[in-house]
Amino acid sequence: MAEWKTPEDLKYTENDEWIRVSGNTARIGLTDYAQDNLSDLVFVELPDVGDTLTKGEVFASVESVKAASDVYAPASGKVIAVNTALDNAPETINSDPYGEGWIVEIELSNPADINDLLDAAAYAKHCASRA
Amino acid sequence: MTYIPHTDADREAMLAAIGVSSMDELFDRVPESLRFPKLDLPDGLSELEVSAEMRGLAAANAHAGDYAIFLGAGAYNHFVPSVVNHILLRGEFYTAYTPYQPELSQGTLQAIFEYQSMMCALTGMEVANASHYDGATSLAEAATLARAHFRGKRTKIILSPGIHPQYRAVARTYHQGNELKFVGDKGSATIPDLIDMLDEDTAMLVVAYPNFFGQIDDFSGLAQAVHDAGALLCMVVDPIALGLFKSPGELGADIVVGEGQPLGIPLSFGGPYLGFFATRKKYVRQIAGRIVGETVDKHGRRAYVMTLRPREQDIRREKATSNICTNQGLMALAACVYMSAMGKHGLRRAAELSYHKAHYAAEQIDALEGYSVDRSKPFFKEFVVTCPRPVAELNEYLFDHWGIIGGYDLGQDYPDRANQMLIAVTEMNTKEEIDTLVEALRDPDAHIGHEHTH
Repeated sequence: MAEWKTPEDLKYTENDEWIRVSGNTARIGLTDYAQDNLSDLVFVELPDVGDTLTKGEVFASVESVKAASDVYAPASGKVIAVNTALDNAPETINSDPYGEGWIVEIELSNPADINDLLDAAAYAKHCASRA
Repeated sequence: MTYIPHTDADREAMLAAIGVSSMDELFDRVPESLRFPKLDLPDGLSELEVSAEMRGLAAANAHAGDYAIFLGAGAYNHFVPSVVNHILLRGEFYTAYTPYQPELSQGTLQAIFEYQSMMCALTGMEVANASHYDGATSLAEAATLARAHFRGKRTKIILSPGIHPQYRAVARTYHQGNELKFVGDKGSATIPDLIDMLDEDTAMLVVAYPNFFGQIDDFSGLAQAVHDAGALLCMVVDPIALGLFKSPGELGADIVVGEGQPLGIPLSFGGPYLGFFATRKKYVRQIAGRIVGETVDKHGRRAYVMTLRPREQDIRREKATSNICTNQGLMALAACVYMSAMGKHGLRRAAELSYHKAHYAAEQIDALEGYSVDRSKPFFKEFVVTCPRPVAELNEYLFDHWGIIGGYDLGQDYPDRANQMLIAVTEMNTKEEIDTLVEALRDPDAHIGHEHTH
């Protein structure tokens, strides 16, 4: 059984997205568990700056050599930045899922959205239960 | 791989292996009332009887092999080199299924890859897929690409009225129920009129090249205007025309679609035909259908495989680029063989002959009293003739008295074009056939009611 990284300072969803909140903004990406299961990513379909994210809805999608997967919004908000480096280097999500592999940055429209998300320990348990 | 039905011995062995004593017992889970219902079917016929019956049915068709034909409107009697059938009818190609397993399918995959490559060269595009059912479906899929590209933020598709009426109908049918709006084709909008319709909600503007009436429109400024509006330009093209005229790529098109039937596929009473689809590389992930790519196997040898699979139904399911994930493999092969056999020069020759013969016919017919050919724009191999009597009447006369299959009755699709016939002439029409057509049209009343042999 592989050990997946689960940084303490993040919140997680059951769909394997992470969110890092700083003040009124937040960064979102895919977890180590997600990238491990997807295997080599070949394409990331990103939203546009200015798009609105709705908590629980699909806002991006990723393609690996074996599957295509949707990325769901952990919280609602407006997209203020998109990691365009992923256009040419989608594999960054595999190599650095919590750092350079971030997907979008949003301005939170409802900070309370974070409250029902999983913390690191709960998420790690969630991963272990599926392994 | 063999394809041989089971024998009784095979069946017995299989039943024994699973511990079932008879075929009846195999189906005993099906409710008795539904099991082996009595079917009211006539007795089976022998191969000899079936052959005779099919021959009789086929003989009821008047086809291009036996009659001089001047009917086009989307399907054309072009030359089919005999080498096409020699390759097509080989069992390896004729019975091949979808190449899901590349290890077993290198022949099919290579043929499709070569077809795709040739379509790119012909259209001036960067990537082509393995084909769709027909030209109409390809147009519908172009709209699908436009919709996906703008992620639903742009919902308008401007269609030129010069696009084949059936293609426009299919595009609408295919997209009914979603947010796309198809506009522009109800009247007689010109290219400048279509350009005026461009706005921030336009996802794509579509023109035909040549148009349904055989004409070549003036596209100068079109691509620029469409791109300035932030939209995509799609062209529906006749592949034979591309042997002579500028490629859509050179004209600034983003997507090129059309009917590949003229490329080595006979008329066949309407099908199977071949929808081709080509576009720029940046849209490759939104293309419907399948794409064959070139790669290397583990020994470093060149090999082919269906590539970019995560766009298709089997992986993306309802998020797939289209609900249709098949292609016209055998027809794509026919087109590939045709293009290889004809080459660039052969294709140009076919186009030139079609062009010159059509222009000869147009000139002769225009000189007839009571007939007038539309010379307002340059045309390729089809032209519109305004006739002195209804087209249906003329066609019945041409067929019954002269053994000629006449042109298309435009009044069927365009109410303001009653008595207008769309005549197609290809390299297959001889000068004698054209002269006979002209003679026949000159004075129908002189022939109707008289015994006429030809």
